[in-house]
Amino acid sequence: MSEHFSTRDGSAIVADLVSVIVANREYLSEIDGAIGDGDHGINMAKGFAHCGRAIEGRQLSLAEALDELTLSLMEGIGGSMGPLYGSLFIGMADEVRGCEDIDAATFTHLLRGGLTSLQDITEAGVGDKCLMDTLIPAVEAFERAHAQGASFGDALDAMKTAASQGRDSTKDLVAKIGRASRLGERSLGVLDAGAVSCCLILTRLADSVQPRLV
Amino acid sequence: MNRVINDPDHVVEDMLRGILVAHPQLRQYETNPRVIVKAKPSGQGRVGIVTGGGSGHEPAFLGYVGPGLVDAVAVGEIFSSPTAKSFFDAFRAADHGAGVACLYGNYAGDNMNVKLAMKMAASKDMRIRTVVANDDVASAPKAEIAKRRGVAGEIFMWKIGGAAAAQHYDLDGVIRVAQKAVDHCRSIGIGLTPCTIAAVGKPNFEIADGQMELGIGHHGEPGIEVIPIEPAAAMAERMLAPILADRDFSQDDSVVVLVSGLGATPVMELYIFYAEVERQLTAKGLKIHRCYVGNYFTSLEMMGVTLTLLGLDTELKTLIDQPCRSIGMTQAE
Repeated sequence: MSEHFSTRDGSAIVADLVSVIVANREYLSEIDGAIGDGDHGINMAKGFAHCGRAIEGRQLSLAEALDELTLSLMEGIGGSMGPLYGSLFIGMADEVRGCEDIDAATFTHLLRGGLTSLQDITEAGVGDKCLMDTLIPAVEAFERAHAQGASFGDALDAMKTAASQGRDSTKDLVAKIGRASRLGERSLGVLDAGAVSCCLILTRLADSVQPRLV
Repeated sequence: MNRVINDPDHVVEDMLRGILVAHPQLRQYETNPRVIVKAKPSGQGRVGIVTGGGSGHEPAFLGYVGPGLVDAVAVGEIFSSPTAKSFFDAFRAADHGAGVACLYGNYAGDNMNVKLAMKMAASKDMRIRTVVANDDVASAPKAEIAKRRGVAGEIFMWKIGGAAAAQHYDLDGVIRVAQKAVDHCRSIGIGLTPCTIAAVGKPNFEIADGQMELGIGHHGEPGIEVIPIEPAAAMAERMLAPILADRDFSQDDSVVVLVSGLGATPVMELYIFYAEVERQLTAKGLKIHRCYVGNYFTSLEMMGVTLTLLGLDTELKTLIDQPCRSIGMTQAE
C-alpha cells in the first residue's frame, strides 16, 4: 500500500490541533483586534479547549475526534468561526468515516470535503481577506502535488507552504466580508485572523500526520 | 480596566445568573442555558418571535423577552453570534404550532448560525421565517442596502412583530409587518469613547480625547468620519441629516424616535440630545407619535448615542401602541 497513516490516532491528531489554537489564544486575538473585534483567539481557544477536554483519555478514530471538534465548535462557540470551522471539520470527517488508513488520495478527499462543506454556508473565496485565502490554495497545492506524483509527505509540505503564502497574502487585501469589511482600505496591511488560525491548523495537521506516515 | 466582574471569561454566565434571579418571569430553556424564554409561554396557535445576538448590548437582546415582544432569545458571547444550536433551541422554545419568526440583525455570524439552525429546523418540519434588520445608514451606501448592519432599529422590529403575534397575525402577517418596520426604519450612531471586552482587557479601537466618530457600529465598527466633539445640537443635526436623506419620513403619518445610549453616556445627556432631535424634527414639520429615550441597546461601556427613526402608517401605529412588558421596554395598555 502507498504511504499512509492510521485513523486510530484521531485523538492525538486532534489534540495537536487543540494545543496549537490554545497556545495562540492571545496572538489570534491581537491580530483580530487590529481590524476585527479582538475575540478570535478567545472564542477559538474556548471551542478547541472544550474539545480537548472531551477527547482526553479517549481512543477515537480521526472521524470521531473531528466530530467531537465539530460539536465543540458548533455548540460551544458561536460567532462566525463556530459555523465556519465546524463545517470544515464535519466535511473532513465525512470523507474518512469508513477508513482505517488514510493515504494521499484519501487525504485529498478529506481536504476537498472540508472545503466543499464550508462553501455550503459561505460564498467567501480567495481575495476576500478571510480563512479561504489560506484554505483554498492549501487544498489545491496538496491536490496538485499529489496529482504530479509527489509523496504524501512532500504533498503535505506543499500544502504548508501554500497555507503560509495564503495567510501572508491577506496582509495586502482589503476585507470584503465580515466585520473588517466595513473598514475598507483601512484593513490593508494587517493579516486576517481567520487566515492565520487556518494556517496554524493546516500546518499542525500536516506536522501531526507526517511523523505517522508509514 | 475597572470592572464589576468575577471572571472575565465567564461574564455572560455570571450575568445570566443575575438576570434569572432578578427576573423570575424569565427562565433558561430546558438543557440549553444560552436560550432565555418567558416563564409563562405564549398560548398555542400564536406565532413565536425569536431573536438572538452577541452579549454586551444589554438590555438587548434578552431584555426584550416578554409579553407583546419576544418569546425566546439565543444568547451569544460578548459581541459574538449565538451558536446555531442555541438559535435552533430558541426556535423550539418559541414554536406554538403557528410557525416562528426569527427577527435578527445583519451580521455575518448571525446569518450563518441562523442558516444552520434553519437547516436543523427544516429536518424537524418546523416552519421558520426570518426578517433581517439593516437599519444602520452609515454601514453601507443605499445602493448596497442589503449589506447594512442592524442596530437599535431591531427593537422596533421586535415590538411590531411581537405585537402582531399577540394580535393573532399568522406567520406571513408577522413577517410582513416586521419587514415593514425594518423598511420604515433608519438609524445612525455616534461614538465618543471605545469599549473593552473584559477577556481581551484593552479597548477594541481608539477614539482620541475630544473626538467623536459618526456612524460607528455597535461593536466599534468604524464609521463615516472622526471629527471634534460638538454641542448636542450639532450632533443631532449631523445624525439626522443622513437618516432623513436616506428615506422620506415626511410621507408617513408620524414618526417614532428612539434615542439609545451606548452604555456610558449619562441618561441626562440622552435627554439633552433628544431635546435637540425633537426641536429639529418638529421644525422640519415631522410629527412625533412616540419617543423612547434611555439605554435600550448598548455596547458595553462605549460612550455615545444612537438615533433611530421609524416612519408610521396606520398599521404600524396601532402595533407600536400595543402593550408590552420586559426588562428593556414596558408599555401599559
